[in-house]
Amino acid sequence: MSRAVEILHGAAWRDVAARALAAVPLNYAVTSALTMLIARILPGGAQQASVGATLLSFLIFAGVAMTAFAVRSVSWLWAGLIATGVAAGLADWCFIAWGGRL
Amino acid sequence: MKNGFRQSMAWLHTWTGLLLGWLLFAIFVTGTSSYFQEEITAWMTPEVRSIPADAPTSFAAATRWLEREAPGASEWSVSSAGKRAAGLQLYWVNGPDAPADAPTDARLDGAGRKADARETRGGDFLYRFHYNLHYINWYWARWIVGIAAMAMLVAIFSGIVTHKKIIADFFLLRLGKGQRSWLDAHNVSSVLFLPFILMITYTGLVSLATHYMPWGIAANYADEQKFFDTTFPWPAPAEKAGPAPLTAVAPLVERAERTWGAGAGSVRILNPGDRTAQVIVSTAPDANMSVRPRSLTFDGVTGKLVSAHNPSGAATATEGTMIGLHAGRFASSVLRTLYFLSGLAGCIMVASGLILWTVKRRAKLADPDRPHFGFRLVEKLNIGAIAGLPFAMAIYFLANRLLPVEGAGRSDREIAAFFIAWGAVFVWAAARPSARAWVEALAAVAMSFALVPVVNAFTTDRSLVTSLIAGDWVFAGFDTAMLVIAAGFGWAASKVLRRSASPRTTSGKRPARSPSAEAA
Repeated sequence: MSRAVEILHGAAWRDVAARALAAVPLNYAVTSALTMLIARILPGGAQQASVGATLLSFLIFAGVAMTAFAVRSVSWLWAGLIATGVAAGLADWCFIAWGGRL
Repeated sequence: MKNGFRQSMAWLHTWTGLLLGWLLFAIFVTGTSSYFQEEITAWMTPEVRSIPADAPTSFAAATRWLEREAPGASEWSVSSAGKRAAGLQLYWVNGPDAPADAPTDARLDGAGRKADARETRGGDFLYRFHYNLHYINWYWARWIVGIAAMAMLVAIFSGIVTHKKIIADFFLLRLGKGQRSWLDAHNVSSVLFLPFILMITYTGLVSLATHYMPWGIAANYADEQKFFDTTFPWPAPAEKAGPAPLTAVAPLVERAERTWGAGAGSVRILNPGDRTAQVIVSTAPDANMSVRPRSLTFDGVTGKLVSAHNPSGAATATEGTMIGLHAGRFASSVLRTLYFLSGLAGCIMVASGLILWTVKRRAKLADPDRPHFGFRLVEKLNIGAIAGLPFAMAIYFLANRLLPVEGAGRSDREIAAFFIAWGAVFVWAAARPSARAWVEALAAVAMSFALVPVVNAFTTDRSLVTSLIAGDWVFAGFDTAMLVIAAGFGWAASKVLRRSASPRTTSGKRPARSPSAEAA
């Protein structure tokens, strides 16, 4: 059996699953919150800012996905991502509550 | 992960690559073929001969045709896919007096005559397949394709990190050395073409960006539709106000082309023959690098300019140019060929990566004659994907020539032939020993591609020889490409055949080496 399959036994399975969950669904939520934030911050009007933020979102997603498999600690990974997502989400909520939308 | 950054990236690269490699291969192959989408469509509709003359004349001729055939319509639309496209596509919205089953679309040649071509989706089917797939809902299909594209982007980035000698691998291709050669092929195709592959993956995601990431819009717009209305204005016809003759269309198209210094690609006429008529002229898809069209709106009675739409802004320009770079519609024939070759390198990168997965693990199998289920599954799926899809494409072209020209649902039967052929290779791969299945499938691909020009010569009056004499480069080029592809697959089949005929040469080396290693 190949080495890659061998390392997926027991604790390693849970490690990979936790990283994969952070790299895909959690990553999507965090990237979405960050994209919204960038769309509120970028200059040039609502339409340009929305397009610009959307263009950047894929770079953010890819970066976070790689980070999820690169960092040493899974718990710090989850904590960091959740903190980022909550902070960005709160900022989004404030922007929309006070600034409104079109 | 424990093993350090580079190893964890290598692990990520291997498994995201394997999991989505088969789908990515299909996307890459059909996407690469789409650089010659118009040429494929032209070849698949041999009845259409003329290519539209200049835009003003052909648009005016199309308008006269619509005046005769769809007089009460509330909207006419005439569009050309660009300079390389054969003919014009017409759509219209019938007025309330028209019967419910009245036609709403037609295809014309450049002289304004209805093109009586066989019913086929042509190159458009392969183009749509590369992001909408087929037989499944397009909404979810785009998500599946997007997940594969994102996995690819992550695989590329992690592949770059995994790479220790990226410059050295630029010049390194060791052939005939088993696993080493597959790794070299994978590295050369991906490193040499890295800028292209990175560009095509990112811009592919950008092409469907708002589908995957609607939150950038949601941050600023409570209603998404408002964003799309400002970004892509699409005025609806006004209430009709009484008849008035339609102004001449040709001068408006000429004026628009002069204003832009670029070709016109579509003319949309709202309420033709009414006092409220409007004529909207837009730039051609191949007129600019950016895919976002500019348009001028004229009064349909007086011919006066009413308004101009010119998408500007840094983000829109960036987005439009990124999508333009992906589709390459602006490209001249030399650049188009380079696009095609780069796309082929992408196909080779994915295919060699998939094969490398099995080659690397075959050496470590406990019992090479009876590999475990996962290994066999990957092997079979590799055959079905890598040989199966080209086979399906050749059968698609053959079906275009061999199915009866008349008859309803013809284009669907061409597509059915494509998928039946593809499925057949999977079944064949599952039923046969893998080494044999590789040779047989590759040989079948070679033969079916070689048959395409032959069948074309017998079923149309536009054979390769006739096309060469007539200087018809689209048809001659298509037939020649089929022969070159056939030769490529034939070469691959003979390579695999020679290797599997002497299976002990590669594995035979290892026992010879290990005693000396033990001795040392």
